Amino acid sequence: MSATTLDAATPKASPAQITAAFYDLNEHDHPEGGSTMLGFWLYLMSDCLIFAMLFAAYGVLGGNYAAGPGPKDLFELPLVAVNTAMLLFSSITYGFAMLAMAKNRKGATQAWLLVTALFGMAFIGIELHEFAGLIHEGATPMRSGFLTAFFSLVGTHGLHVTFGLIWLFTLFVQIGAKGLIPANQRRLMCLSLFWHFLDVIWIGVFTFVYLMGML
Amino acid sequence: MSYVRLPGIGLGASFMCSTESHEMPRPPLLPPGAANPARPTVRIFAALALSGGLSACNTVVLNPAGDVAQQQGDLVVMSTILMLIIILPVMALTVFFAWKYRASNKDADYQPDWDHSTQLELVIWAAPLLIIICLGALTWVGTHILDPYRTIGRIDAKTPVAHDARPLQVEVVALDWKWLFIYPEQGIATVNELVVPQGRPLQFKITASSVMNSFFVPAMAGQIYAMPGMETRLHAVMNRTGEFTGFSANYSGAGFSNMRFATRSVTDADFAKWVSGVKAGSRNNAGALDRATYLKLEKPSEKVPVIHYASVSPDLYGAILDMCVEPGKMCMSEMMALDAKGGLGKAGIRNVEMLAYDKYGREASAKANANPDAAAKRELAWVRALCKQEPGQAPDTTVKAPANPRTLTGAGLSAPQSVAWDQGADPAAHSPLISRN
Amino acid sequence: MESVVHNHWSPLLGRLWWDAVPTEPIVLVTFVVVAIGGAAVLGALTYFRLWGYLWKEWFTSVDHKKIGIMYMVLGLIMFARGFADAIMMRLQQAMAFGGNEGYLNAHHYDQIFTAHGVIMIFFAAMPFVTGLMNYVVPLQIGARDVSFPFLNNFSFWMTASGAALVMTSLFLGEFGQTGWLAYPPLSNLAYSPWVGVDYWIWSLQVAGVGTLLSGVNLIATIVKMRAPGMTMMRMPVFTWTALCTNILIVAAFPVLTAVLCMLSLDRYLGFNFFTNDFGGNAMMYVNLIWIWGHPEVYILILPLFGVFSEVTATFSGKRLFGYTSMVYATMVITILSYIVWLHHFFTMGSGASVNSFFGITTMVISIPTGAKLFNWLFTMYRGRIRFELPMMWTVAFMLTFTIGGMTGVLLAVPPADFVLHNSLFLIAHFHNVIIGGVVFGTFAGINYWWPKAFGYKLDPFWGKVSFWSWVVGFYLAFMPLYVLGLMGVTRRMRVFDDPSLQIWFVIAAIGAALIAVGIAAMFVQFGVSIMKRDQLRDETGDPWGGRTLEWSTSSPPPAYNFAVTPIVHDIDAWEDMKRCGVQRPTSGFRPIHMPKNTATGVVLAGLSAVLGFAMIWYIWWLAAAAFAGILGYAIAHTFNYKRDYHLPAQTVVETEDARTRQLAAAGA
Repeated sequence: MSATTLDAATPKASPAQITAAFYDLNEHDHPEGGSTMLGFWLYLMSDCLIFAMLFAAYGVLGGNYAAGPGPKDLFELPLVAVNTAMLLFSSITYGFAMLAMAKNRKGATQAWLLVTALFGMAFIGIELHEFAGLIHEGATPMRSGFLTAFFSLVGTHGLHVTFGLIWLFTLFVQIGAKGLIPANQRRLMCLSLFWHFLDVIWIGVFTFVYLMGML
Repeated sequence: MSYVRLPGIGLGASFMCSTESHEMPRPPLLPPGAANPARPTVRIFAALALSGGLSACNTVVLNPAGDVAQQQGDLVVMSTILMLIIILPVMALTVFFAWKYRASNKDADYQPDWDHSTQLELVIWAAPLLIIICLGALTWVGTHILDPYRTIGRIDAKTPVAHDARPLQVEVVALDWKWLFIYPEQGIATVNELVVPQGRPLQFKITASSVMNSFFVPAMAGQIYAMPGMETRLHAVMNRTGEFTGFSANYSGAGFSNMRFATRSVTDADFAKWVSGVKAGSRNNAGALDRATYLKLEKPSEKVPVIHYASVSPDLYGAILDMCVEPGKMCMSEMMALDAKGGLGKAGIRNVEMLAYDKYGREASAKANANPDAAAKRELAWVRALCKQEPGQAPDTTVKAPANPRTLTGAGLSAPQSVAWDQGADPAAHSPLISRN
Repeated sequence: MESVVHNHWSPLLGRLWWDAVPTEPIVLVTFVVVAIGGAAVLGALTYFRLWGYLWKEWFTSVDHKKIGIMYMVLGLIMFARGFADAIMMRLQQAMAFGGNEGYLNAHHYDQIFTAHGVIMIFFAAMPFVTGLMNYVVPLQIGARDVSFPFLNNFSFWMTASGAALVMTSLFLGEFGQTGWLAYPPLSNLAYSPWVGVDYWIWSLQVAGVGTLLSGVNLIATIVKMRAPGMTMMRMPVFTWTALCTNILIVAAFPVLTAVLCMLSLDRYLGFNFFTNDFGGNAMMYVNLIWIWGHPEVYILILPLFGVFSEVTATFSGKRLFGYTSMVYATMVITILSYIVWLHHFFTMGSGASVNSFFGITTMVISIPTGAKLFNWLFTMYRGRIRFELPMMWTVAFMLTFTIGGMTGVLLAVPPADFVLHNSLFLIAHFHNVIIGGVVFGTFAGINYWWPKAFGYKLDPFWGKVSFWSWVVGFYLAFMPLYVLGLMGVTRRMRVFDDPSLQIWFVIAAIGAALIAVGIAAMFVQFGVSIMKRDQLRDETGDPWGGRTLEWSTSSPPPAYNFAVTPIVHDIDAWEDMKRCGVQRPTSGFRPIHMPKNTATGVVLAGLSAVLGFAMIWYIWWLAAAAFAGILGYAIAHTFNYKRDYHLPAQTVVETEDARTRQLAAAGA
């Protein structure tokens, strides 16, 4: 293990050589933000665990209708399918935004971000519409364990998308002000991870909550 | 022959406690004022000589009065000895190395670069592994044999349970902050007093009214949680007569410290006498325990003295477990039967009142439900009619003791599926949410 | 005591009203003492004009060393508070026999044991381990700071905000009366209607976010910022344990966040996660909280295993025995800690097979742990052991922890657990491992790295007074609890019937008093050492004959840690350098890229505390305002792109020249 050590320590080596073997004398600055993607990835994994807990809660409570309505009585699959499409489209358009960023086209990046935001807002709008309908009928989260778990899981996802939108608009302004500088590119990459991550979570929600609930 | 008993070694005694308390069983927890004034001085010395063996203590966990607790206590001793095989050398070596290789001892070997030895590494991983393999085997067998859901297979190490023996059933309800014991066979109930016949298998069905407690009589058997809307089971037997203490072993709120109850183990004859005494209403008598009385009883109270009920409504325990003692409530089992069929759809959305148990506070929901209106009653009747179609759904989760006592030594123990549906045993079993994972 | 109904609410102040000020005399006295003490401290700070200094040099600092020290200070303050709770409990239990109600009513006593657990775990032990990791890890891996220096500052202030909320509960309202994990249904609104559980929820939620972010930060730091040549298998063992701990944090704390959110939704909005009725499931809470809770135990102990490894190798003057198996043992513990959670509730009625599975997985953890103990043992073997304070704590740890480990494995046998669960035996067990492991380890760490942080050693005399008081006090305080557990005495009891138990509680109280002496001696040790700092001064930066990179730089290290980044060729990099006779570079310094201080962390965490406070007291307008403030400030912060600067080469040259002179004067 210490082969290099011995080399460096052989009597022939001069003190200066030894110092050079043990100190990085020609060091350059570390590239700024070198850990950002890893750090953000770690954060996403922790967020993923929060969803895992909510899925687990849904697994435990999902059948506890408390003599009230179940998924078959409440869900409207066509609406959810449209909603899913909105989110999936928004992911595609975000991909276009990233492609535009890679070509360093500021205007196109911003335009695609706007399209993404529109799809995202449509998603949130439809979800709010669905929630409002349920609550209006009396199917509130307070009604049963099933509805509690349903609203919490879907609502947490919706909240994430909402924060994603706030972040997206912030970035939109920042790109307008500063252009596609490395810091902004890094932020776009992070938001991209975040956005696609929410897509993946939604696929899980759609499958486990809506599809399997209706089967 | 028990698999954990250590005949003749006496290690259990030397490990923690004197044999004195073994031979002269005293009640484990003396009533106030019963202390011998001479004892404390003795105890101070004994306590100060901590390492000399706690000669004056009364470790009920290691010297209990019931066979189940005895086996559990033996397992404690057995596991400890197993671990000491490795713990003692480690501690001795720590002291020895610390002393021998102290910096001032220049005679000791000093090898600053010695940092690896394959043989040693093998030993330091293998030795704990071997101990854990033994302990793991002991755990697997012991956990299955001492599963609280398993009916007991023996009265003590020498006496198997007779084939025709019927366990004494006791239904236990943890209330804020006292214990209710219902004897369904005898048709009586008590508060804060548990009397059981010695030498007869006991079956406890345990639930709670509001928050989680733990039913624990250290002299009898290990504890198990008491949880609202759920039922846990405990099987035990008492091998000695005497007076012991039971309590809640899980903090449950302000009155928790005084959630104690006297546990008396008596002969069959004394038990019969006690039962007839309770029925005759000799003392502490509060008449019949019906739903209305129960609703008054379950309100929070502390330091409740012993109460006897000469009779008890036969369906009361089931209703407590089902959280539908109050009039106008939908029972949990009904709710779960409906849920299993997919709920009541949107038609059931508004039937909130009949479901509220304690979510908005016990007082509030009790008030709201004291006089259910006609609509609620109609709806409830409809629900009940729906549920009638599926009787006896809930399985009895009791695990049968093995027919062959040889299996008590671990031989031929059934494979992991420890939960056997035992349909025939208890047709009245009314346990909607058995807390088995 | 009758439960008081608090049903006042106003739009302006929410539930906050005159009845929130405690009337219990003990709390009032505490309040007055703290108020006077606090006023004195604030007055002194003002008089000596220290506010500006503290704000500029400490509160807004993004230097991992300063943040690490702030964590330790926070931990020590909260440790004192948690210990005050402990001694109150010991006193109550020693008194309350045979009709004597003691001096604490149920409402007060139940808060005390809840607060004791919460404070010791979240606001003493966690800051200790986070502080040690923050201070030491970047130095050990030859880095100039952590990956995200601002986030580090923010994490610290979130933890401090959580602690502030707990302290507020002492004087405004109440803390939870639920036990430190607040199991529902007891923690549901129906049974805990006032602010106690809400204080619990929000203090943990705020602090938990800080811990999670600090976990992300340190993983990224260890993975990305290691000095050239430092492969994973050349990392110091403390860094390894820090890595595993932070992996555990990132993988466990979201569970806590989620379960706290669920309980909040139940309490605030009437959701049905854990209710008795409407299809909730309280057992799910118990499972979820322990899925976080068990890894938490290893989050606390693993870094201290690292400390003991460093200390044993250093003071034995030897390479650590079995480095590789040490690393693998740490990883095995990390993974196994996720599949043992059910052993905290064998008595909930799981089947025998489920119980024995979790019992056996628990026992399996003792194998790598045992291997670690043997490794320390054989590090001492054929060594030259210098019994300085860190090593004394380590030997005390090895002896104490072994006992605690044994009783822990005992509790993992389900039938044994049926008779010992929730008993004082259990209490004795986990204090045996937490005090024997975490607390002793923290003291070993403080004594070991204090000279690095401040440039002088700690006074050995008062250190030894503290050591012996602690060790003897610990055994006196907790061995009786083992006995009491075997006598069938359960935890969280306020009054007892059986007078034969009293003597054991009296002994335990005497033990606690001795521990109090130990704690006092430690503070005296700090004071004496500060006064005698010139005698205790270490000029070399390497007072113990250290083996890892933190000892290669000056004490205290310059803001940039290393003027020139070291290159690593072996496990004990600094030992290797000393052996090869490496001379530190004295010229050719370059400007160093450094992060700028920022007030954002203080502001955001402060607003989070306000948000928590407003939610606790149902002051909705304030909660909304605080939330908007957090969001707005965070967004505004992202518009600041100039977060770093270059330390001029001239400054580095001056600092390093000063060190050259210092070393020459010391004759090194």
